Amino acid sequence: MLLNIEKLKIEAKGEEGWTPILHGVDLRVDRGEVVGLIGESGAGKSTLGLAAMGFAQPGLRFSGGHVRFDGTDLLTIPERQRRAFRGRRVAYVAQSAAASFNPAWRLIEQFCEGPEIHHTADRAASEAFAHELYAKMHLPDPEHFGLRFPHQVSGGQLQRAMVAMAMACKPDLIVFDEPTTALDVTTQIGVLAAIRQAVEATGAAGIYITHDLAVVAQMADRIKVMRHGREVEEAPTQQMMQAPTQAYTRSLWAVRDFRRPVRAVDRAATPTLRIKGITAGYAQHNVLNSVSFDIPRGATVAVVGESGSGKSTTARVITGLLSPSAGVVELDGQILPPRLAQRSPDQLRKVQMIYQMADTALNPRQTIRQILSRPLQFYRGLTGRARDVRLHELMEQIELTPDTFLDRLPGELSGGQKQRIGIARALAADPDFIICDEVTSALDQLVAEGILRLLSRLQDETGVSYMIITHDIATVRAIADDVVVMKNGQVMDRGQQAEVLDPPRHAYTRELLASVPQLDPDWLRRRIAEGVE
Amino acid sequence: MSGAPAGQRHPLLRMIAARLGIGVFTLFVISTLIFLAISLLPGDIAQQVLGQSATPETVAAFRRELGLDQPLFWRYLDWIGGVLHGDFGQSLANGRPVAALLAARLGNTMFLAAYAALIAVPLAVTLGLLSALWRGRMFDRITNVLTLSAISLPEFLIAYILMFLLAVRMGWFPSIADPGASPGFGEMLNRTFLPAITLVLVVTAHMMRMTRAAVVNVMGNPYVTMARLKGASRWRVVTRHALPNALAPIVNVVALNIAWLITGVVIVEVVFVYPGLGQLMVDSVTNRDIPVVQACALIFAAVYILLNLLADVVAIAANPRLLHPR
Repeated sequence: MLLNIEKLKIEAKGEEGWTPILHGVDLRVDRGEVVGLIGESGAGKSTLGLAAMGFAQPGLRFSGGHVRFDGTDLLTIPERQRRAFRGRRVAYVAQSAAASFNPAWRLIEQFCEGPEIHHTADRAASEAFAHELYAKMHLPDPEHFGLRFPHQVSGGQLQRAMVAMAMACKPDLIVFDEPTTALDVTTQIGVLAAIRQAVEATGAAGIYITHDLAVVAQMADRIKVMRHGREVEEAPTQQMMQAPTQAYTRSLWAVRDFRRPVRAVDRAATPTLRIKGITAGYAQHNVLNSVSFDIPRGATVAVVGESGSGKSTTARVITGLLSPSAGVVELDGQILPPRLAQRSPDQLRKVQMIYQMADTALNPRQTIRQILSRPLQFYRGLTGRARDVRLHELMEQIELTPDTFLDRLPGELSGGQKQRIGIARALAADPDFIICDEVTSALDQLVAEGILRLLSRLQDETGVSYMIITHDIATVRAIADDVVVMKNGQVMDRGQQAEVLDPPRHAYTRELLASVPQLDPDWLRRRIAEGVE
Repeated sequence: MSGAPAGQRHPLLRMIAARLGIGVFTLFVISTLIFLAISLLPGDIAQQVLGQSATPETVAAFRRELGLDQPLFWRYLDWIGGVLHGDFGQSLANGRPVAALLAARLGNTMFLAAYAALIAVPLAVTLGLLSALWRGRMFDRITNVLTLSAISLPEFLIAYILMFLLAVRMGWFPSIADPGASPGFGEMLNRTFLPAITLVLVVTAHMMRMTRAAVVNVMGNPYVTMARLKGASRWRVVTRHALPNALAPIVNVVALNIAWLITGVVIVEVVFVYPGLGQLMVDSVTNRDIPVVQACALIFAAVYILLNLLADVVAIAANPRLLHPR
C-alpha cells in the first residue's frame, strides 16, 4: 500500500480555540490507483488531500492519527524530512493554475524547480522531460512553451502545464485538488483527457478531489464520499454510481434530476425585454456583435456560453453599465436609454440583478433588514409599518424565518442563505425582469438546487421574467424555457429549450453538450477514442 | 513570446521615456513654485543684505544690480534660462558662483547618503525577510520593538547618544564629521561613521516594516503554498517566490528613504558639523542668499523625481506582465 491514512484528525483555529474539522478519517491508496474524494464545500476533501503530503494549511493542525506514506509516518518525522517527500514522492495539482503558478517565473523554471530541489535530474534532463510532457499534454510548440510566463498562457493550457509540473520528479502519488473546476466544459474535457493519459503513462497513483460527480466517475477507480469532515461511504466507482447505500450519497446523485415542468409561454405578447442588434465593447475591441434576443413575459431565458462569450457584457448593456455602440434594448416595447444615468427611477426599478458572489454583493456591515429596506424605501417609498410588513413577506418568500434573520449580518449566513437575501433584494423592487448572473455556480449542488427551485416558484407566484446567465447545462435544463447559445460575442442559436438542445441544433451547441461530463464512467474513454485532445 | 513588431520600441523603454518627460515637466512646475514662494518671502532682499544703515540710493542700486526692479516673470525667465545653461547665479553672501558652492556640498551629501543607504537597505530588507519568515515569533517581535524605538526617538537624540557612547566614552570614532582638507577614503568612512549610523537607525524601520508587510502579503498566495508543496524550504519560498512578487512596494519605500537621506538630513549634519547640502540650504535661508536656496530646492526636487522614476522602472521591470506582454 502506497498511502495509508488512519483515523486522521485535524483541527482549525477559531475564535474559541481549536475546533475539529476532520474527525478521524481513513484513506488508503494503492500504487497506480486513483481514489476520488467527493463532497460539498467544507467536507474536508482538500484538507485530507493536503494531509496526504503531511501538510496542513496555516491555521490548521494535526491532532491525531497517522499518515503513512510508503511506510513512513509523515506526521512524526521532522519538517526537513517531510520536505523530501513533497514534490518528489507526492505532488500536488491545484484548483486554480492561474493563482498557483508564480507570476514572476517562466513556466520551465517552475517545472525544473522540483528536480533542482530534490536533485532528481540535472537541468538539461528535466528540460527534456518537460518538453516530452508538454508534447504529451498537447501543449502548443512544446520546445518553447516553457519560456512563457503564466499570464501569457490560456487557462486550460496553464492547468495542463501544472499537471506536467506535478510529474517533474516522477512522483508515486499526485493529489488533484479540483483541477478542472474553474474551467469551461469545452476546456475541461481536454484537461481531463490530459490528466487521464498522463496518469496512465506514468503509472502514478492519484487522489482526485472534486464536487462534480460526473468528473469523479471518469477519473477514479474508487470513490469516497465525505461530509462534515467524516466519511459517508466508500466503494469502487461502478458500484458507487449504481448502488450508493447512504441517503446522503443518493441525495447527491438525485440533484441532477430536477426539471421544471414545461410551461406555456406567451410568445405573441410584447416581450418583457427585447435586445435588438446590440454591438458593444471596450476600447476598440468589440465584445458583442449584433446580439438580438427576446425575454418573453414571465419566461426564463438561459444565456449559455464559455467565458469570454459575452454573456456578462450583455447583462452590462441591459443594466445600463455599458453603452452599446449600436442597437437598442426595449423594456415593455419602450426603448431603454443606453446609460444608467438617463433612466427613470421606474425603469431602474423594473430591471434588477442577482450576482454570482453573494459574499461581495452584500454590504458586510449592514444587517439584512438594512439591506432589504433600502430598495423598499428607494423604489416603493415604503417606511414604518408598511415596510416591516413587506420585509416579513419577502423573508417568507425566500423561505427564511424573518425574526431569526432580519437583524443578522451577512457574515453570519451560509452561502445559500446569502444568495437568498440577494434574491429578496431584487424582489423588493417589484421588478418585471431579473438578471441572474451565475447565481448558483459558487454553491454546492444541493444548495444550488434549492435556489433554482426557489427561483422557479417565485416566477410562478409573481410572473417576473428571468435572464439566467450560466455556463452550466444542468442549470439550463432544470429551469429554462428558452435558450440563447453565445460564443465570441455572437448568438449561435436561440429558441425554446427543446428546439435548441434536444437534439442540439447548432454545431457549437453540439460541441458544448458533448463536452459536459456524463455519469457513465466510460464517457471520457469514449470521447478520447473519438479524438478529443 | 512577445514578438514585438519591428519599429515598435520595447514597452519598458517607452515607459521610461514617458516618465522622464513627465519628470522634466514636474521639475519645471516645481521651479516656478520655488521661484514664486521665494518671491513671496517678506522683507526686501537688498535691504536685508546691505543692512539697516544702507542709504536708499545704495539699496536701489543693489536692487538694479540684482534685477529686482524687473517684473517677476522676466526675473524667472532670466533665472531658469541660466539654470538650463548650468549657471545658477552668484551667491549673495560671498559672490562665489552657486554651482561651485553646491558641487562640494553635493559631493559630501551624496557620500553620506550612499554610506548610510549601503548599510541600511540590505540590513532593512534582510531583517524584513527574516521577520516575515519567523512571523509572530521572538525574532519578529524583537526586531519590531527595536526598529520602532529607533524611529520613534528624535534623530538628534540618537546622534547624541551614539556620540556619547562611541566617541566620548569609547573614543572609537570622531564626534565631528567635518572631512576638512580632502582626506582619504578610509579616513572619510571613519569620520562619517557616526552620522551614517544615526541615519541608518532612522531609516531602517520604515524599509524593514514595508519589506515584511509586502512579503507577508504575498505569502498568502496559492503559488507560495504550491512552492512549499514542491518541497521548497521556507527560506527559499520567502526569497525566491515571495520577494520577487513583493518588490514593487519595497522599492518604492527604499527610493523614498534614499531621497530623504539626500534631502532631509540637516539635523544630523548640524549635530555632527558635516558640511552637506542641508546645512548650506538652512544657512542660505537665514542669510537670504536666494540664488543658493533656489538651487538647493531645485536639486532636492530633482532627486525626488529621479529616485521615484527609478523605483517605478524597477517595479515595472520586476513585473513580467508589463515586461513581457501577451
